[in-house]
Amino acid sequence: MVTPATGATGASTSTAGPTYDVAVVGGGVVGCAVARALSHHRLSVLLLEARQDLGAGTSKANTAILHTGFDATPGSVESRLVARGWHLLRAYAPTAGISIEDTGAVLVAWDDEQAAALPALQRKAEANGYAHARVIDAAEVRELEPHLGPGVTGGMVVPDEHIIDPWTTPLAFAHDALANGATIETSFDVATVDVGREITELVATDGRARRARFVVNAAGLQGDRLHRAVGLDGFTIRPRRGELIVFDELARPLLRRTILPVPTSHTKGVLVAPTVFGNVMLGPTADDIDDREATGSTAAGLAALREKGRRILPALLDEEVTAVYAGLRAATEHSDYQLGTHPDLRYVVLGGIRSTGLTASMSLAEEALSMLAEAGLELEQRAEVVTVRRTPLGERDVRPYRSGGRIVCHCEHVTEEEILTACSEPLPATDVDGLRRRTRALTGRCQGFSCWAEITALTGWDPAR
Amino acid sequence: MSGDRARLAEARVVVVGAGPSGLTAATALRRAGVGTVTVVEREQHAGGVPRHTDHLGFGMRDLHRVLRGPAYAARLAEAADASGVDVRCASTVVEVGGDHVTLADGTRIDADAVVLATGVRERPRSARLVPGDRPGGVLTTGAVQQLTALHHRDVGTRAVIVGAEHVSFSAIWSLRHGGCRTVAMVTPLLRHQTYAPLRWLTAGLRRVPVHTGRTVVEIVGRPRVRAVRLDDGTELACDTVVFTGEWVPVNELVRRAGATMVPVSRAPATTSGFHTSVTGLFAIGNLVHPAETADVCALDGRHAAESITAWLTGRRWPDAPAPIAIDDPDGAIAWAAHTSRGVTVRSASFGAGMLELLAPDGTVLGRSRRRRLVPNRAVVVGSASAAADGWAPATGATGATGATGAATVVALRRRG
Ligand SMILES: Cc1cc2nc3c(=O)[nH]c(=O)nc-3n(C[C@H](O)[C@H](O)[C@H](O)COP(=O)(O)OP(=O)(O)OC[C@H]3O[C@@H](n4cnc5c(N)ncnc54)[C@H](O)[C@@H]3O)c2cc1C
Ligand SMILES: Cc1cc2nc3c(=O)[nH]c(=O)nc-3n(C[C@H](O)[C@H](O)[C@H](O)COP(=O)(O)OP(=O)(O)OC[C@H]3O[C@@H](n4cnc5c(N)ncnc54)[C@H](O)[C@@H]3O)c2cc1C
Repeated sequence: MVTPATGATGASTSTAGPTYDVAVVGGGVVGCAVARALSHHRLSVLLLEARQDLGAGTSKANTAILHTGFDATPGSVESRLVARGWHLLRAYAPTAGISIEDTGAVLVAWDDEQAAALPALQRKAEANGYAHARVIDAAEVRELEPHLGPGVTGGMVVPDEHIIDPWTTPLAFAHDALANGATIETSFDVATVDVGREITELVATDGRARRARFVVNAAGLQGDRLHRAVGLDGFTIRPRRGELIVFDELARPLLRRTILPVPTSHTKGVLVAPTVFGNVMLGPTADDIDDREATGSTAAGLAALREKGRRILPALLDEEVTAVYAGLRAATEHSDYQLGTHPDLRYVVLGGIRSTGLTASMSLAEEALSMLAEAGLELEQRAEVVTVRRTPLGERDVRPYRSGGRIVCHCEHVTEEEILTACSEPLPATDVDGLRRRTRALTGRCQGFSCWAEITALTGWDPAR
Repeated sequence: MSGDRARLAEARVVVVGAGPSGLTAATALRRAGVGTVTVVEREQHAGGVPRHTDHLGFGMRDLHRVLRGPAYAARLAEAADASGVDVRCASTVVEVGGDHVTLADGTRIDADAVVLATGVRERPRSARLVPGDRPGGVLTTGAVQQLTALHHRDVGTRAVIVGAEHVSFSAIWSLRHGGCRTVAMVTPLLRHQTYAPLRWLTAGLRRVPVHTGRTVVEIVGRPRVRAVRLDDGTELACDTVVFTGEWVPVNELVRRAGATMVPVSRAPATTSGFHTSVTGLFAIGNLVHPAETADVCALDGRHAAESITAWLTGRRWPDAPAPIAIDDPDGAIAWAAHTSRGVTVRSASFGAGMLELLAPDGTVLGRSRRRRLVPNRAVVVGSASAAADGWAPATGATGATGATGAATVVALRRRG
C-alpha cells in the first residue's frame, strides 16, 4: 500500500524510490504509534512491516490491559513510559474508536507470604508515582469479587487499571498516520540496513530497497537482529511465551475487574481479566523459549492455566472456551526497555518492549520523536492534522448491528457491511486473522460453525485457509 | 370450550429459531388456533440445520417419509407459511423473557409465551483445548456442510475427522462433495458410536481407517494445517481437520433469561411439556437434548404445542423444573432430558444396563429393557405420557389447572 509522500522536506527520488525523512521498521503497536506521531509533523514518513498486515505480531496477542505501571521498577524507563503512556492512550482511545473500560484491578494474595508482600507493593506503586493503590483485607477482596476461590488472604486494589481493545489500537494509529500522509508498506521484511553518509538504504529479503534519512527500529521480537544489521550490539531477545485461554461471554458476570496475582521478578503472573469484547481471559504463562515464531499453544501450558484458573475463579472453568493463543514477549537479558539514540547513524532503537508495550505505545512514540530530534531530525508540527475514528468493537459501545444491518457472524453480532468495510478500508484485512482483529468476526463461541461459509462467500477467500 | 378458543385467538406466541422444532411448533400452534405465531430466525432462510445436511434420512417419525435434509427443511417452512405463521428471517433475537423477545435492533415483541428452539452446534477446536498452531483448514462439520451444500465450495484435499459419532461419518460425505478425501478418523473412545450400516456406507466403503482410543494432541502447520499428531506419536498428514459432534446447545438466550440449566448437557431443564423454570418460556428441540435427529425435534414442537396452549388457556406454570437426577453407581450416565419420545439418556462410556424413571416418592414411572449404552447415542426410557410431570393438559373436563406433582420425573436410575 503506497500513498504519495507529502512531507515538507519533500522526498528526493532515485532508483530506490523517494528518500523519506524517516523510515520506521516494524508495524506493531509501537511502530504504528511512532509513524502516527511522525506523520503529524512536516515530514515524509515510511512504515515498513514484514507481515501482510499491521499489528499481527505480539501486538495482537496480549492481555489487553492499560497498565498504571504500579508494579514497574521505580526509576526505570519502563516505569516512566508506562505511567505516561497510560494517560496518553486513555485520552486518545475514545477519540479514535478504541474501546476502553475503566474496570480497575484487584491484586489477590493467596497465602501469608503473599499477603505480607502487599504493603511493600503499595509503597512500590507510590514510588512509581501511583497513589491510588490500597491494601485491603481478605473480607474486602471477597466483597469486591464474590466468585473468587477459597483461600484469599488479602489484596490490594488498583482502581485505575483499564482494559482496552488491543486489535484496534495499532490499526487506529496506522490509519491516522496514513490519513496524515505517511506511506505504509506491508510484506516488506527488512534484511539489511546500509547506513550511508546522508541516506540509509533498507533492503528487503526479496531485494527491494527503500531509502530514508533516519531509521527507527520498532521491530519487536526481531529488534536485536535489526540492531545488529545496523552494526550495533547490546541486547539479545529471548522470547518469553505467554499462553492464554479466552472464555465465552457467559463467563463475564463472574468478575467485575481484573484479578491480578502478586507479581514475581520473572512475570506479572497469571491473571483473569475481562475484555472489552465481553469475554474473560485467563493467562498468560511465561516460558523462555528460543523459537521466535513459536506462537502455538502447548498441552502443558493449557493444563497449568486451567489449574491456576480453577483456584482463582472456580466457576470459570465450567464455561466454554472461545479461543486459545500465545504471544511472545520480546524479553532480553535486561529488565528495562532498551532505548537508544545514535546520531551518527541517524538511528533510534525501541528494543526489549517486553510486557507493557501496548500501554506505553504513545509515550514510546513521544520518546522516539525526542530521540530523533536529538539525532538531528527537524520536527515541525503540521498546521492541520487529520483525525480518524474507527467503529469501536467493544461490547459496551453502540455497534452497527443495533441499527439493523444484516448480521453474518452471529456469536459476535458482526454485520455484512462491517466485513466488507474491513476488506476494503485503506489498510484492509487480507486474511482471516486480519478480519478477526478488524471486526471480531469468527472470534466467538462457534468459531465459524455457522458463519465461515458465508464469510468466504462475502470475501471470496479460500475456505480452507 | 369457546372461552379457550377465544383466548387462543387473541394470544401471541414468539418462537426463536426456524429449525425443525421451531417450525413444527409454530405450525401446530396455528393449527390449534393461536392467533399470532411469529418465528424469528437469524439466518436468511428458514429450515435450520437440515438446510445443509444434504443427504437422506429426514422426516421419518414426523412426516412418515424419507427426505433429504434440504427438501425436509423446505417442507417444514412451507407448512408454516401455509398455516399462517409469520416467519421473519435475517432477524436475530438478543434477549428473551417469558413474555417478550428483543431483536438485535432493539425492537421488543411482547408475547403470551416464548418458545426457544435455537438448536445445537459442534464444539470447535479451541473449546476442546487441542494445542498447537492456529492454522486455516480446521473446521466443524457444520461449516463443511454449509460450504459444500449451500455455497458449492471446495474444501481441502485430505481430511482428518475428529470424532466417530453419526455426524462424524456423515462428514465423510460432505467432504466428498467438496472434493476432499477423508484419510483418517480419530476418536478417544475404544469403538465408533454409529450404526454398522452407516459406518459401512461411509468409512467402510472408502477404507477410511478409524484410530480408536486416540486423541489429537497437536495441530501442526501455518498458515494451513499440515498434519495432526496423535497421543501415540503418529502424525497424520492432512490439509483439513474436521471437529465433529460434541454437541453444545445454543443456550446463550436461555441462560441469560435465568433458566435452570442441566450442568452436564448445558441445556435448560424442562418438564416433559418443555416448560423451563422461567414462567412463560418454553424450550424445545436440540437445545434441550443435544442432539437427537430432526424428526424427534420436530415432534417436540408438536408435543409442546399442547402444553403451550394449556398455558395460554390459563393452566398454572409447573413448579420449577429441575434437572433429572441421575442415580448411577458407575457414573456411566451423563444426563437425561425430556423429548417427544420420552426421557432420553446419554451415557459417557460404553456399557449396558436397565434404566428406570422415578417419581419423587420412588414410584417407577417407566423402565427400559436392558440396553447397550453407547456414548452420545440416545436411549429412550418410558413414554412422555407416563412421565407427564405436572403440567398435564386437561385429562378431565375441568380442574386440571394445577400441577399435581404426582407423576413428576425426578430421577433416572441405572441397574447393571
Ligand atoms: C502474553 C502477553 C501479554 C501482554 N500483556 C500486555 C498488557 O496487558 N498490556 C500491555 O501494555 N502490554 C502487554 N504485553 C506487551 C505488548 O503486547 C508488547 O509490548 C507490544 O505488543 C510490543 O509491540 P511492538 O510493536 O514492539 O512489537 P510487535 O507487535 O511484535 O511488532 C513488531 C513488528 O515488527 C515487524 N518486524 C520485525 N522485523 C522486521 C523487519 N526486519 N522488517 C519489517 N518488519 C519487521 C514484525 O513483523 C512485527 O509486526 C503483553 C505481551 C504478551 C506476549
Ligand atoms: C453438523 C450437523 C449435522 C447434523 N446432521 C443430522 C442428520 O444427518 N440427521 C438428523 O436427523 N439430525 C442431524 N443433526 C441434528 C440437528 O440438530 C437436527 O437435525 C435438527 O436440525 C435440530 O432441530 P432444532 O429445531 O432443534 O434446531 P436447528 O435445526 O439447529 O435450528 C435452530 C435455528 O435457530 C436459529 N437461531 C439460533 N439462535 C437464534 C437467535 N438468537 N435468533 C434467531 N434465530 C436463532 C438458528 O439459526 C437455526 O436456524 C445435525 C446437526 C448438526 C449440527
